[in-house]
Amino acid sequence: MVNQEDRIIIRTENVNFYYGEFQALTDVSMAFETNRVTALIGPSGCGKSTLLRLLNRMNDLIDGCRVEGRILFEGRNIYEPDVDPVEVRRRIGMVFQKPNPFPKSIFNNITYGPRLAGVSGKADLEALVERSLRQAVLWDEVKDILGQSAMMLSGGQQQRLCIARALAMKPDILLMDEPTSALDPISTAKIEELIEELKKTYTIIIVTHNMQQAARVSDFTGFFYLGKMIEFNVTEKIFTKPDMKQTEDYITGRFG
Amino acid sequence: MNRKQKEAVIRAVFFSFALVSILILGLIVVSLFREGLPLFRQVSVKDFLFGMEWYPTYDPPSFGIWPLIVGSVIVTVLATLIAIPIGILTAVYIAEVAPPLLKDVFKSVIELLAGLPSVVLGFFGMVVVAPWLQDTFDLPTGLNIVNASLILALMAVPTIASISEDAIYAVPREYKEASYALGATTHETILRVVIPSALSGISTAVILGMSRAIGETMVVLMVAGGAAAIPESLFDSVRPMPASIAAEMGEAPFRSLHYQALFATGMVLFFITLAFNLVADYISNKFKEVGSGTL
Amino acid sequence: MTTTAIRYRYIKQTVFFGLVRLSAFILALALGGILAYIIVHGISALSWEFVTQPPREAMTKGGIMPAIVGTFYLTVGAIAVGLPLGIVSAVYLTEYARQGPVIRVIRIGINCLAGVPSVVFGLFGLGFFVVMLKFGSSILAGSLTLGFLILPTIIGASEEALKSVPQTFREASLALGVSKWQTILRIVLPTALPGILTGSILGLGRAAGETAPIMFTAAAFFTAKLPTSVFDEVMALPYHIYVLATAGTNIEETRPLQYGTVLVLILLVLGIDLVAILIRATIRRRKKW
Repeated sequence: MVNQEDRIIIRTENVNFYYGEFQALTDVSMAFETNRVTALIGPSGCGKSTLLRLLNRMNDLIDGCRVEGRILFEGRNIYEPDVDPVEVRRRIGMVFQKPNPFPKSIFNNITYGPRLAGVSGKADLEALVERSLRQAVLWDEVKDILGQSAMMLSGGQQQRLCIARALAMKPDILLMDEPTSALDPISTAKIEELIEELKKTYTIIIVTHNMQQAARVSDFTGFFYLGKMIEFNVTEKIFTKPDMKQTEDYITGRFG
Repeated sequence: MNRKQKEAVIRAVFFSFALVSILILGLIVVSLFREGLPLFRQVSVKDFLFGMEWYPTYDPPSFGIWPLIVGSVIVTVLATLIAIPIGILTAVYIAEVAPPLLKDVFKSVIELLAGLPSVVLGFFGMVVVAPWLQDTFDLPTGLNIVNASLILALMAVPTIASISEDAIYAVPREYKEASYALGATTHETILRVVIPSALSGISTAVILGMSRAIGETMVVLMVAGGAAAIPESLFDSVRPMPASIAAEMGEAPFRSLHYQALFATGMVLFFITLAFNLVADYISNKFKEVGSGTL
Repeated sequence: MTTTAIRYRYIKQTVFFGLVRLSAFILALALGGILAYIIVHGISALSWEFVTQPPREAMTKGGIMPAIVGTFYLTVGAIAVGLPLGIVSAVYLTEYARQGPVIRVIRIGINCLAGVPSVVFGLFGLGFFVVMLKFGSSILAGSLTLGFLILPTIIGASEEALKSVPQTFREASLALGVSKWQTILRIVLPTALPGILTGSILGLGRAAGETAPIMFTAAAFFTAKLPTSVFDEVMALPYHIYVLATAGTNIEETRPLQYGTVLVLILLVLGIDLVAILIRATIRRRKKW
């Protein structure tokens, strides 16, 4: 066992996932520790993003898909019929590959989720906006233009806004699906610093194409290939002396 | 009520709204049948459809709509023959030939043409095309098959052109590039690669254009001349089905045989256009998955 | 390749492009010609009195105010019927429906409804609203008939607008723990609204210009008084044109009135269409996602 049992916040048990006839994940069992960054790496189409989207039931949106096995969040299977996916997603936030702010003001982007979850009162919302933007290290750049459209921010700022928007829901876990793949190196560095900071408060699971990024930001790394989890271990171990040949081939750039 | 139940209720309400279109189709059929079917207690279906005489106000009346069907078919076919080349070539122009600025201009032209109220086109046919035809060909009247077909063609062209343009636009770039790479010229590529690949869409366009022409009312009411007889020349007047319904409904006594016969004519018209639309739907769906058609 | 073959190819190319351009320009010419003709002949009939006075002397003199008012009521009524039905149908089809036989049937139904001839809609309105539901020939019966007539147009436009809302917006909202219904209400519909409205404006133009559906359901040959309830008959511009041009007391003498009425109808309908086209162009240019 890689992880410390009492620190585990979410785990998958023998998860299989199908898009119609196609099996995208095969028998994936892994556990994620609280207040740690876990990176999922592997070549395109290996199932790492699919797994990420299973963790907050975003795959529910896709027609004709099917899940087998269990995903236990704080000990409870989130795929049980009486679990409300909306409730799950409030506690497990997500940041996407491409920045996707709503065509609303910066302020309204942040307050959108909390308002619909019942937070009201101007003062509360303003405090929440400031707190979230500070956590995402965006406050100083946008504090004077909160009423302006989020669409006019730069790509890197938009992505940090999306992180702030997710943080405003005060989630337990933050899922990040290749959050820097659409950004320039400077913005990428800022987001990586941010991840380092955020793990004090949140559990972070990040999918990335970029192995240096995984090595830099994560505590644990899982390597995926063809829908299977090949190897899961402490990041340093994975990148220095992996147990599996396939992992070694991938991180040394022999394929992928 | 918890959130899941609420979502399910909302979904069910939305679904029932989506069924309204089907419901309306059903109501159309019911209304037409309710008012039209009683006719067939007095007149046989065969006499109605194939009877050569439409004398609804004579004593005894005669309710044969064959001349009306022939009138509809002839103006529709002629209009389609005019509209097909113009519609498809215009689509080619917009999709493949026109510079970007003119592309938008011509798209708007087609949209505005489609937006012209039919009564306006009918009016134009009466006051401009009819006198011109009458003088040029020395005819007793300019309100005839040719006039109606010309105006109907003008109404069918926007339908044909806009749907064909979508189909042509959807032809994958690779097909065209492959053709150019083999040394084909632009027109060879368009004629041998683009149009054949877009054929299912173009066929749908033509069928829908015909459907529009056969159901169009005001134009044939105002410019086809109104003679309920089998025409002998293209310069004869005809009385297509929609014209007959529109012109006579106002005078037919409520629930008289005449009134019922007009509803029955509406049934015929409805089922003809329904068939056209089902065929168009079938064609466009059959080839949608394949991505190209070889009709 | 020989020179003659190349020349032959070149000639064919020239002829083909000539035909293609010719077709497009014939259409533009037809539209331009019709508009120019109507404007030239109708402009002299236009006056403040023409649009604010009722017809006089057996409709050989006076204005067309009751017809303008009638068309206004019928069109507004049609939109009031068609817009909510159309938007909700489109939301179901794009946001909720999963592929399957039921959806297939609904889609075929919408396509077939779009193809129903306008005169058949007139018969339906007569048989169902006027006779069966006993509304009589009235604004109510006419608006419902026109509303159903433009329903497929509105569904089509709304679906297109809804589909153009990026999937990432929906994902972003759902990932924040917002329910599907709230996501549709707060994100999807507001984003799609300009597109839905432009498409619906085109439906409005169509409703304003239709004649056959209102002939037996709403339109009066002549009434000088304005409607006071939804159960009143009204005059309407398209029907008024038809009446003046074919059944007036003196067709030749009222030509100026006819041209004037046609011009007013065209200005109204094409004005509406043009507004829609321009708004759409602006949205497309301004769109950031």
